[in-house]
Parts: sequence; C-alpha cells; structure tokens
Amino acid sequence: MRIPCPICGPRDRREFYYAGDAVALARPVPGAGEAAWDSYLHLRDNPAGVTRDLWYHEMGCSAWLVVERDTVSHKVLGAALAAEAER
Amino acid sequence: MRVEGKGIVNRSAPLAFRFDGQEYQGFEGDTLASALLANDVRLVGRSFKYHRPRGILTAGSEEPNALVELGRGAGKLPNVRATVQELFEGLEATSQNRWPSLRRDLLSVNDLAAPFLSAGFYYKTFMWPRSFWERLYEPFIRRAAGLGALSGLDNDEVYEKAYAHCDLLVIGSGPAGLMAALTAARSGADVILAEEDRQFGGRLLSEEEQIGWQPARSWAASVIAELSGMANVRLMARTTITGVYDQGTYGALERVALHRPSGGWAPRECFWRIVAKQAVLAGGAIERPIAFAGNDRPGIMTASALRSYLHRWGVAPGRAVSVFCNNDNAHRSARDLAAAGVEIAAVIDTRADAQVAGDFPTYTGARVVATRGRLGLRQIEIRHAGGRRRIDSDCLAVSGGWNPSVHLTCHTGARPVWTPQIAAFVPAPDAVPGLIPAGAACGVFSTAGCLAEGRRAAREALKALGMRARQISLPEAEDRPYAIAPFWHVPGKGRAFVDFQNDVSVKDVQLAARENYRSVEHMKRYTTQGMATDQGKTSSTGALAVLAEATGRAIAETGTTTFRPPFSPVSIAAMGAGGQGAGFAPQRFTTSHDPSLERDAPMIEAGLWYRPSYFPIKGESHWRQSADREVSMVRNSVGVTDVSTLGKIDIQGKDAEEFLDFVYINTFSTLKEGRVRYGLMLREDGHVMDDGTTARLGPDHYLMTTTTAAAGLVMRHLEFVHQCLVPHLDLQMISVTEQWAQFAIAGPKSRALLNDILDTPLGAEDWPFMACGAVRVGGREARLFRISFSGEHAYELAVPSRYGESLFRLLTQKAEALGGGPYGMEALNVLRIEKGFLTHAEIHGRVTAFDIGMGRMIAPGKDCVGKTMAARPGLNGPEREQLVGLRPVGAVKQLSAGAHLFAAGAPAVRVNSEGYTTSAGFSPTLGSVLALGFLRNGRARHGETVRVVDHLRDTETMVEVCDPVFFDPEGGRVRD
Repeated sequence: MRIPCPICGPRDRREFYYAGDAVALARPVPGAGEAAWDSYLHLRDNPAGVTRDLWYHEMGCSAWLVVERDTVSHKVLGAALAAEAER
Repeated sequence: MRVEGKGIVNRSAPLAFRFDGQEYQGFEGDTLASALLANDVRLVGRSFKYHRPRGILTAGSEEPNALVELGRGAGKLPNVRATVQELFEGLEATSQNRWPSLRRDLLSVNDLAAPFLSAGFYYKTFMWPRSFWERLYEPFIRRAAGLGALSGLDNDEVYEKAYAHCDLLVIGSGPAGLMAALTAARSGADVILAEEDRQFGGRLLSEEEQIGWQPARSWAASVIAELSGMANVRLMARTTITGVYDQGTYGALERVALHRPSGGWAPRECFWRIVAKQAVLAGGAIERPIAFAGNDRPGIMTASALRSYLHRWGVAPGRAVSVFCNNDNAHRSARDLAAAGVEIAAVIDTRADAQVAGDFPTYTGARVVATRGRLGLRQIEIRHAGGRRRIDSDCLAVSGGWNPSVHLTCHTGARPVWTPQIAAFVPAPDAVPGLIPAGAACGVFSTAGCLAEGRRAAREALKALGMRARQISLPEAEDRPYAIAPFWHVPGKGRAFVDFQNDVSVKDVQLAARENYRSVEHMKRYTTQGMATDQGKTSSTGALAVLAEATGRAIAETGTTTFRPPFSPVSIAAMGAGGQGAGFAPQRFTTSHDPSLERDAPMIEAGLWYRPSYFPIKGESHWRQSADREVSMVRNSVGVTDVSTLGKIDIQGKDAEEFLDFVYINTFSTLKEGRVRYGLMLREDGHVMDDGTTARLGPDHYLMTTTTAAAGLVMRHLEFVHQCLVPHLDLQMISVTEQWAQFAIAGPKSRALLNDILDTPLGAEDWPFMACGAVRVGGREARLFRISFSGEHAYELAVPSRYGESLFRLLTQKAEALGGGPYGMEALNVLRIEKGFLTHAEIHGRVTAFDIGMGRMIAPGKDCVGKTMAARPGLNGPEREQLVGLRPVGAVKQLSAGAHLFAAGAPAVRVNSEGYTTSAGFSPTLGSVLALGFLRNGRARHGETVRVVDHLRDTETMVEVCDPVFFDPEGGRVRD
C-alpha cells in the first residue's frame, strides 16, 4: 500500500503510523456534554466503502494526513494535510 | 536414460551429485529430476500419509511428489522440488518421509491400513479420551505423516529482500510473455520480465516447433537477446511471482544462489516487492492428470512433462512408454517420443472418436483401469471396446487437459470462471485492476494464439499507461485447435489419487460428499485436498469435478476453493531477510556505550536503547553490591549517569507557550526564561500519558523532555495535537534526542564537580533548583539544567552528541576523584523509588492524575488535552487505587513488582485484591526493601498494615502503607 503524501509524494505505508478515523479532528468544546465526548472518543463507524482516516508520516515529513480510501476495493483515493482538512 | 541428439543440456559439462548417498552424474542444465530420470532413478519419495512409493509427476514448480532434502547441516533445505532444483557439482539430496530407507519404508504398513485411514479419519478416531490428544495422538501422527525436516539449528545462510518499480511487469516468458515484453519494451515502457525457470522461453523450451521459420527456442533466444540489450528492460530469471497485493504490488521470490553450492557471498534467495503500474500474467497453464486405480506409481507422469524431459533435457523416462489422455495435445508426446526412437507401447484415449495419427498401438474410447509394479511402473491394464488388456509399459504419460494458471488473478478475492469449451477455469474479467492475463493463462493454448495474446495484452497495458504501442508483427507459429472431452476419473476398485501430495483419493472426495461436506471449502478441509505445499496445483480441478459429480452439480456451480498467496512456497528466511539475530530489532546506543562496556557494565534493553545496569568495581561479585554502592555514592558524594535516552523535543514559536498549556495539565505560560518546570500530560481519555520537564530556553523557545519509553509516542501526540487540534497555533517542533548527549550529575558534590569542568564556575547564588541556561565546557557550548531524579542536589549537562563520549569520560574521572563515579539503571531506579518518583511502571496507561496524587495540578483556568474526561465519574475518588509507599513490617522482607495487595485478614484471591505493587527495590539509604504500588483509597490508609502476595514467586509479606516519598519528604537536599 502506498499513500500519496502531499509533501513527499507516494510513499510506502510502512513509513506511516495509522491512527483511526478522521473523526478525531473534530474535538468537542469542553462543555459539549458527555454524549459528544463519548462519541468523539469511543464511537466509530465501520463503513464498507469510502472512509477518511488519519495517518502520520512518522518516518517521513511528520505530517498528519487525512487519507481517503475505500475499504472494499482498497483503493487509496487521496490524501490531504490534516492541518488544512475540513473538520 | 539419455536420448542422443536431444535436449539442450551441456553434455560437455558433466556434474557429479548424490541422491540418498549414491553417486550419479548429470549435466549442466539438468534439474535434479531430469538427472535422476537420466540415471533411471524413478523412486524418489514416499507419500505423506500412506508412505506409498512415488516418482516424478511433472517437470515444473507444480510438482507434488518429488520432494527432497537438499544439503546438510544448519542450512539443510527440506521439501525442495527436484523438478525445480538445478543440478550443480557436488549436490547432495536425500529422500524424505521414509525409514529406514526409501526402498524399505516400515511405515508403508499405513498403506495396508488404508481402509481405516480415509477422509476425516483423524477427526473420527482420535476423539477421546481428550487428554490423549496432546500426549499420544498428535506426536504419533506428526511422526508418521510428514514431509522433510528442518535442521533445528540457526540458519547462517544469507537471504535478502529488495524492491523494484516498473511500468509493466510481465509474469512468465513463454510465447505470450515474450511477445508482451517485446511489444512494451520496443514502445519505451520500463519492463520487468519475471520467469520462474532458469531460462526464458517457457513452454517453448519443451516443445519441438517452429516460430517464424526458425526453431521456437531460437526465436525465444533472439527475443531475449534483444530485450537484454535494452536499458528499459530488467530480466529476472529464477524469479517466481508469489503474490498479488493492492495497488499493483507483487511479491516475488528470486532463487539467487540455490543453483550453486552453498557458502558463497550471494544470498540464497531474495524476496522482492515489485510495484508495477501494469502487469501481464503470462504464467501459462498446468497439465492435470486423470485419476485411475494405481495412478501414483513411479513412472507415471504428465504428458507434457514427458515432452519436457525429452526436448529440454534429452531424457526418455521409460523404454516402453504409453499415453493416456482425453485431448489431442497429449498425442504429441507419443509422436515426439516415437520420432526420437523410443518405443510407444500404447496410446489410450478416452474419446471414442479420437483421431490418433502415429505408428503405434492406439485404443480409443479406452481407459487405464489398473497398474502394476511395486517400486515403479511395470505394466498397465486397460479396458476398451475389445475388452481388457495388459500392456507392459514402464512409463505412462497422462493428460486430463490443461488448467490455466489463474492463481494470481484470485489473490485479491476474485473467482475464476468455468469455460466448458476447454473444460477449465479462466480468470474472471478485471479480476485484479491492472493485471491483464494473456495466452495459456486465459485458456488460449496454441503458440500462434499465445503470441497474438501477448501483443494484445501489451497494447492494453500501454494504453492504460498512456503510451503509444509501436507496430510489431506476429511471426507464424503452430496454430492447432485444442480438442478435449472432459474426463476426470476412471470408476472402479482400487485407489485413484487426485491429490498426490496429501494422498487424497477419489473415494475420499466421494466420502466427504456422502458425509455432507458438499461445499468445496468443506471438502478441502475434510479431505485435506490441496492443503499440501503444492496447494493442489495438479489436483484441485480434478477434486472438485469428482465432488460435483458426487453431489449432482455442475462444476461451475461447485466453484473453486480460494487461491491465496504464495503461489509456490516461500521460505520464511527470505521474507524475514535481515531480521535474524541482531537484525531482529534496531539497536540504539548512547554516546557513553563504549566507555560503559570498558567498565564491564552489563547492558539492559530499554526499548531499543541499551543502558548500563551497574558499573562493577574490583571485589564486587553481585549486582546488589554494585547497585548499593552506587546509591550511597549519589547520596554521599557524586554520581554520573547517561540520561540521553530521554526524549528531547525542541519547541519554538510565538504560540509555543499556549501550546504547552494545552498539552500539559499544569500551566507553562508562566514559566520564566531560564527556568524548568515538571509537567504531566494526559491522553484525551483522561489517563496519564507521560511526564517530564520542560525548560524555557528563550522567549519563544522550549525544550521538553519525555520518558525514554514514551519519547516516540509523545512526539507523535504533540504533532497530532498541533496539526489536528490546534493548527492555528504558530510553532514548530522537532526531536533532538539524538542530537544532544545528556548526563545527570547527582549528589552533594555535584556542584564541585561541575565547577571543576565548566569554563566559568557557577556563581554561589546562581543556578537555584530548576534553573537552566547555557554554559561552556572545554570551549564548547553546553546546556545545564538544575533538575533531579534522585532527590539530591543535581544537574543535567547536555552537549552536542559528538562530544558525549569524551564528556562522559571526563565526568566519571572527575567524579571518581571526588569519591564518586558512574551509576547505572539499578541505582537510578532505587534512588527514584526512595523519592517516590514515577516511571512507566507507575504511569502504565490505566492511572489518572488523581491516582498518582497530582489531581490538583490540573489548572482550573484553561482547557487541556484530557481535562474533560479526567473529570468523569469513576476516575476520581476513594474507589480509585492510589499511589502509596509500602515498607515491610513482618519477618519477611521480600517485595516484588506485580504482587497484589490484600487486607490483612482477607484470603489472597482475586476478588479481594485491593491493588498491586509496581516497583520494588532495596534501599541502602533506609536499610529496607521499599515498594511503590496502588492501593484502593490508599492515601487515606497510611499507617495501615496490608498483605502483599506474589502468587508467581510464591511470597507473602506484611507491609505498612505510607507516603510514596520515603526519603527526605521535605525535599531539602535537592534545594541545598
């Protein structure tokens, strides 16, 4: 598997650390309430199809990326810098 | 025997080799199989289950029978296919799965017990008593059934792995593969041509035919000559594509030096990962046998293997050869052998209307019903329109048709498609994106058809690559139609094998169907068909045809089992190349590594780092003597230890202070320049992640330290927080762990030592506790931090790594002059236990700031990572297990980490556990064993006596609960 790092180009997935769903970008405000925090920390969809998740280019440029990929076809559809991604 | 004038082995280069101790001779270009057959050796192994005599069935990597052990000693290779192994001078091979010898194998009694050893035998027989399975049944079965054995020694042979990238990967170099490679290469694509054989040409090497007015072999050689001269082509012989993975990734195994005596510089095998934008699968087809009673005797082989041995190696595997088939293609074997002067005893075709042209006895609408010959074929018995007939024959060539090699197209989940016209499966359309099957691999069997297919596939690939295909014309070649009538097995008495390697017969498959294992996947597992090292290459279609018949279904409806990587066996040594011994994990050494070894310090692993346990001096024979001395040294004079393994993260930017406030529970924006502060960080779920100190080196410049264990984790976390949660903050960070060598100088004489080595001694009033700043040592810039992990007046001095070793030597030498010296991890651990300082033994991922007594450090006026969740119910309060100190009060003084805590009178069972110990050690300072641990509501229970029980070490100790800071609780020494 190769991930198209916006900074480094297509790189082998062994250079990356996987950190799960990109939901982690949308941190609730402190007072958002238990349900919002529970959802943010613990609840994840498990889609058959397109998913957005976070990968860290640990052995490269140390950018956190939002990678869009398809869990059925295993196609990697694209990658963007997490710092610039939609939340 | 050899046939004069036939074959392409080099008869001027004889090679001596041994099989089962007997010396033979072959030629350069032989495989072990061809050389054995040339020497009339037909019996080469015993079968897996029944120990039946077996010979050579094929001439390729699909071989199920002819498995041998190669070489001896540590690097001995089991289960080597004699049909793949190239001959070399001095080769030594041994037969497998027999005792005491191949000709007299005592376990062949299994063959007599065959009626009891049918499918599912183990499941039915070895059910009870249950306890017998591990002790009796399994060891016996493992001994009786089996393949070759590993040496059990460390393999010191060299293996390698490598990576390659290309526009087009062509898999196989028969007519289709060569044409595809040529078309693509001439059009300018970067091409890799992979061929599992030593020589390019595929089936063309094994047939006598013409391509474009020249022998097919010569045509192949001319194409290879052209390709090898092109800069955009890489030819990879002896390379099997073993697996297909996502995004055009292919696994490949190259046999680099297995065709040579071992011991050279070259690796035995190389495991490749090839990334190809496009690929052409031209892997050809595999001939399948027909099942009939006694079809496994040595001397019975596939019809195409017979032609291979004749045309490629100049070997006739028998003196009176017969052919049994259901298709025209196999007639070639009879014609070619007859032309070479070998007697053809009979051609037996299952089709009543078959047209067989040749000067030999022919039986149509006929079947082979029995065979004779104890250790090799002597006679066959056939049934035809005229009745039964016995024919003396020492070699029988069998063909039940051809199976396209669809395996690779199924590796990502696609299923092949049944094609009745050729009675075989072909790859599903678009089975793997970017992998284009061509030629025999998709059911086109004529040479002319394969050439056209190769060009077609290359053009498709070039189009997908956005490249223009150069014009290329197709040479003329053999173009006979493929005529076949499906025929799978001859019904009747006697065992007719479908799977030779796992000894699965037609009856086993029928029994599975009767016992309701009707799904092909169930049949496979019940009978073990296709589960041996050959993965059923010659048997799977036959077995499922028998299953289809037994269950009254069509073959298409019955379906295939799943083909998974690898296509053929890959040694673990090749996949794990470089990972043996010291290569298993990277090693990180501090700059003081060599001086520590010079002092005979035993090293312990801390993550990937190696750190000294202790520094023994003359007269010390036990680690405790050294550790106790080192602890006292720090408490009374001065000690030096390397703390470079702690993570160091340099953080700069105008928003760095806001960032630190967000990642630490306590406040850092109030930290003054030239000062250090202890900080604790949480995970977002409210549990402690790590602790450490952060120094403010300048207005917008901080240096954070992390624990050794969590350095990578914290770096990743900080980048996550910055890039993903607070990307608007203006700051940068980088790990400088490797850039700075840092040493702790601890003890009452630490300042004296420092003043001895610093260019400018420290002023009496300067450098209070938690101060930091720049100093100079030997004219070089250094950083000094007045921090302490021992509770003593202490400093940490950091220099660029290149000066680390010399600084360590200087510090230890000066310390010794002051009555001190270096100290290791054992002493460091005791010093911090005495002070109740934490490591990841305590902050192990399940504790909160509240648990370790730092709940009040969570600053009220700001948000931080983990703050909201740390306030959850259940994470604060008397029900929590809280950090305490524990000190023995009874006769038993022994304490260990990982023991459980129980109320004084409570039985030591799980439900009564009230906590556990995390660290323990003997404190020479206090003359007592001490432990840190977590006890339910522990802070309110100081003074109470509890029971510590270590069930693993079988110890029980009564302890008093106390404050975790055992020594100098006021902290006067550190400020002194």
